Amino acid sequence: CQLFGYVGIEAVLDQMKIKTMKTGFEFNIMVVGQSGLGKSTMVNTLFKSKVSRKASQPGQEERIPKTVQLQSVTHVIEEKGVKMKLTVTDTPGFGDQINNENCWDPIIKYINEQYERYLREEIVITRKRKIPDTRVHGCVYFVPPTGHWLRPLDLEFMRRLSRIVNVVPVIAKADTLTLEERAEFKQRIQEDLKTHAISVYPQEDFDQDLDDRALNDRIREKIPFAVVGADQEHQVN
Amino acid sequence: SDDLRNLSLSGHVGFDSLPDQLVNKSTSQGFCFNILCVGETGIGKSTLMDTLFNTKFESEPATHNEPGVRLKARSYELQESNVRLKLTIVDTVGFGDQINKDDSYKPIVEYIDAQFEAYLQEELKIKRSLFNYHDTRIHACLYFIAPTGHSLKSLDLVTMKKLDSKVNIIPIIAKADTIAKNELHKFKSKIMSELVSNGVQIYQFPTDEETVAEINATMSVHLPFAVVGSTEEVKIGNKMAKARQYPWGVVQVENENHCDFVKLREMLIRVNMEDLREQTHTRHYELYRRCKLEEMGFKDTDPDSKPFSLQETYEAKRNEFLGELQKKEDEMRQMFVMRVKEKEAELKEAEKDLHEKFDHLKRTHQEEKKKVEDKKKELEEELNNFQKKKAAAQLLQSQAQQAGSQQTKKDKDKKK
Repeated sequence: CQLFGYVGIEAVLDQMKIKTMKTGFEFNIMVVGQSGLGKSTMVNTLFKSKVSRKASQPGQEERIPKTVQLQSVTHVIEEKGVKMKLTVTDTPGFGDQINNENCWDPIIKYINEQYERYLREEIVITRKRKIPDTRVHGCVYFVPPTGHWLRPLDLEFMRRLSRIVNVVPVIAKADTLTLEERAEFKQRIQEDLKTHAISVYPQEDFDQDLDDRALNDRIREKIPFAVVGADQEHQVN
Repeated sequence: SDDLRNLSLSGHVGFDSLPDQLVNKSTSQGFCFNILCVGETGIGKSTLMDTLFNTKFESEPATHNEPGVRLKARSYELQESNVRLKLTIVDTVGFGDQINKDDSYKPIVEYIDAQFEAYLQEELKIKRSLFNYHDTRIHACLYFIAPTGHSLKSLDLVTMKKLDSKVNIIPIIAKADTIAKNELHKFKSKIMSELVSNGVQIYQFPTDEETVAEINATMSVHLPFAVVGSTEEVKIGNKMAKARQYPWGVVQVENENHCDFVKLREMLIRVNMEDLREQTHTRHYELYRRCKLEEMGFKDTDPDSKPFSLQETYEAKRNEFLGELQKKEDEMRQMFVMRVKEKEAELKEAEKDLHEKFDHLKRTHQEEKKKVEDKKKELEEELNNFQKKKAAAQLLQSQAQQAGSQQTKKDKDKKK
């Protein structure tokens, strides 16, 4: 239908924005990787504050636990009027044992438990106005910067988890790779992922339209992101 | 909720773009808005819609001889800058035309419930796609009050009472240019007090948000909005404006001194569209869902007040259902067996009959045969006798002839 004049429909966008800002957002992120890969530092750097588990429990001696533990820490951060409830779930003990078989099981269990919890709330007859969302929105997987290939543990984990959660693989401590090594490493990882049919975020199946696909293709070229974390400030120039 | 730590950021992170991300997602998908117009035939529903959305929706004026009330829904796609709106306008055709209007409200309630039901079905599906579900639930109901100048009609009160728990009702006075200024104020007060005294809950413009609280509060005072609709333009001064030209003057639609059209447009579209959608989903739809599920026998807590596991409820329901099916199956099987037996008995009877008939016929046949044989024998005997007699007679005859010829011979000889 042709509009002959201004109606004011676009005002609804502002209405929506105001409403979302009032309710706030919930974001749940999980970091997985062997100890010492810089997970906590990375998360602190990302959110420019001490959101990681270690930071909120200072002074505790870090011992590698015998089994994979899952520990969540929640903070509320605000930026320009947008409130976000950020939950960071850490997985100490992952990949640190001598025998790492099935170390992904506690993680899968945790993720499914959150889905289950949400489903229960959704099915209830007298539902809450806003169902608390504890589902894991993204899982950042830290790949050690060996420069060679993905290890069997990496492949197994990512294969299983990419089916139930958005997996974002990153190359940790990438400052230990030269640029050429990094490029080759990325290339090999991309091939590996393709060979094993592991679909990481952003998944091709969820591309909504051509614009979306174009944007996501550019991102997919750069996966896995080679990252360096630093939560201390130094003078530069 | 309880003991959440607040953290301060040491720099710009960038998640302040989250509201924009969300809004962008909505705009790229387009979003739905559904308006239900309830009012008598000829009260100006279509014209008002055309005026509100500044366009010409295809429709023919309805006749007055509809046998009952029926709802006609039409969907349109409107685009303004980068916002795509899927607008559905539902019309009540034939409302108020019948002699007996007792059941007029029923088709309307049924339609609204049907849209809730469709959404509920989709939500309960195992493989569902709420993400791109075309939401047909009614977000706003514009109730057109006839400009009598006195009070609400009883049909209006009854209908609004039936609808107030299912949909956001916004009452408006149609064709308000027929009411004089002093009458209008009295009319509005009368209507509002009647609504209150009858317990009709109309849509409350939200006043909890600072940005919209003020404008909503001031606008609410003017309810019900007295509107005039027109798509024709008249020259006012040196501009063209939407208006109605009468022999005695011009009524300008967008002039707030002439009517409340601008207020309606502000409230319905520019300020509260999203709130209307939210209220529909979180209040009216949830109420429907709760009632429907309870009706179907689901509960949240069992008699001992322990929370019911939905799985258990489903299992119980499923077993019940399967039990029913089994019972039905057994019943049918029994009936079938009985029928077979009956038929078998019938057939056996028939068989017996046939056998008897056959035997009877056989016997009859035997008897006949015997009779015939006897007769045959009799006849044969007769024949034999006859033959014998014939033979004897012939013999006598030949003897007599011989004797006769001998005699003649003798006579001949004698003569010689």
